[in-house]
Amino acid sequence: MKRLTRDAIAARVARDIPEGAYVNLGIGLPTLVGSQLPPGREIFLHSENGLLGMGPPPAAGEEDEDLINAGKQPVTLLAGGSYFHHADSFAMMRGGHLDICVLGAFQVSRQGDLANWHTGAPDAIPAVGGAMDLALGAKRVFVMMEHQSRDGASKIVEQCSYPLTGVACVSRIYTDLAVIDVTAHGLVVREMVDGLAFDELQRITGVPLIYQPPQA
Amino acid sequence: MIDKISPSLEAAVADIHDGATVLIGGFGSAGMPSSLIDALIAHGARDLTIVNNNAGNGDTGLAALLKARRVRKIICSFPRQADSHVFDALYRAGELELELVPQGNLAERIRAAGAGIGGFFTPTGHGTLLAEGKETRLIDGRQHVLEYPIHADFALIKAFRGDRWGNLVYRKTARNFGPIMAMAARCTIAQVSEVVDLGVLDPEAIVTPGIFVQRVVLQGAHP
Repeated sequence: MKRLTRDAIAARVARDIPEGAYVNLGIGLPTLVGSQLPPGREIFLHSENGLLGMGPPPAAGEEDEDLINAGKQPVTLLAGGSYFHHADSFAMMRGGHLDICVLGAFQVSRQGDLANWHTGAPDAIPAVGGAMDLALGAKRVFVMMEHQSRDGASKIVEQCSYPLTGVACVSRIYTDLAVIDVTAHGLVVREMVDGLAFDELQRITGVPLIYQPPQA
Repeated sequence: MIDKISPSLEAAVADIHDGATVLIGGFGSAGMPSSLIDALIAHGARDLTIVNNNAGNGDTGLAALLKARRVRKIICSFPRQADSHVFDALYRAGELELELVPQGNLAERIRAAGAGIGGFFTPTGHGTLLAEGKETRLIDGRQHVLEYPIHADFALIKAFRGDRWGNLVYRKTARNFGPIMAMAARCTIAQVSEVVDLGVLDPEAIVTPGIFVQRVVLQGAHP
């Protein structure tokens, strides 16, 4: 089988973001989705620090320290974009106004619980940022992650062993192996990478999966 | 004549007392009122409780205030960053108390203080470590957590332009926590890049009306 690269996972996520969607891309892996959005499709990118209509990174020398994204990297504003204060920005999440958010994850459980903010290690300095608001606020929560951790353990689990970010909040999981929906009936596999059989995906993942590709 | 313009940064922070709770604007370094923080360090108030989204970057601004050992407790959402070494060392040594708050709860708790709200229920954080021990309620079939406002003695914020009535406008994403912090503190002090005459700021575009601002001061050499 051929695992997807990180950019290829990002491109796969981007395919599912329709014209007109209000979208927040979490820090880390999900920021890759921004550069995979097809040109010509109008999508409103939201950044938690008070920005709607976020544009691509500026050209070298054009950076403005007052214009940054949630990862504190310099960005630009599209024509029609707007600035607002933090309570308004989080009301866009918490009030359910965002259509989609894309988040990275350490683990996702069979019920759609998300763990992505803290390893729980005793010497780790905890930092949560906007993760808990994003996990609950968007109409659809996409998780983008590698299917397995470095030691080969599945990141899709029966119960998260890392501290939770949100309970039963994930809608869909995109990994380097598959696209999986979290449904009331369980985890439903919609797509697998070329050369991967369902039995093999089931063996790697551990928790029960249902195979139900979309009808052509 | 009402004139909220302070003659100096030093004068603007002169009555910040030991043990004060101080809201400090900024998201990373965007919107951080570095001139006021430097003045606060020189002023010498200690045993402070600081509220900011982060916990300092590099060795300047909020990080310098922490390094000077003036802070007892920090309330923030995202202390750990690539360049948060000052916070990291103090926290690991047990010399700084941390209250970690999801960013939306942080913003809403500050807003609630400014709006006279005694508390609010939110789904954010439910079922996580950060809601442990908190009162919960099932509302419309969804679990919510009770959160309380964050009131403060002072707010130090950075704006772009201000006038002598305390009206403010901001610049790009440096706005972030400024407008809500201005509402939540008993005394709000804004450093501005430019002081303008009354009437120069378009009343349709004033972001923070002067009622929320007690002092305006021209920023120092900091950007």
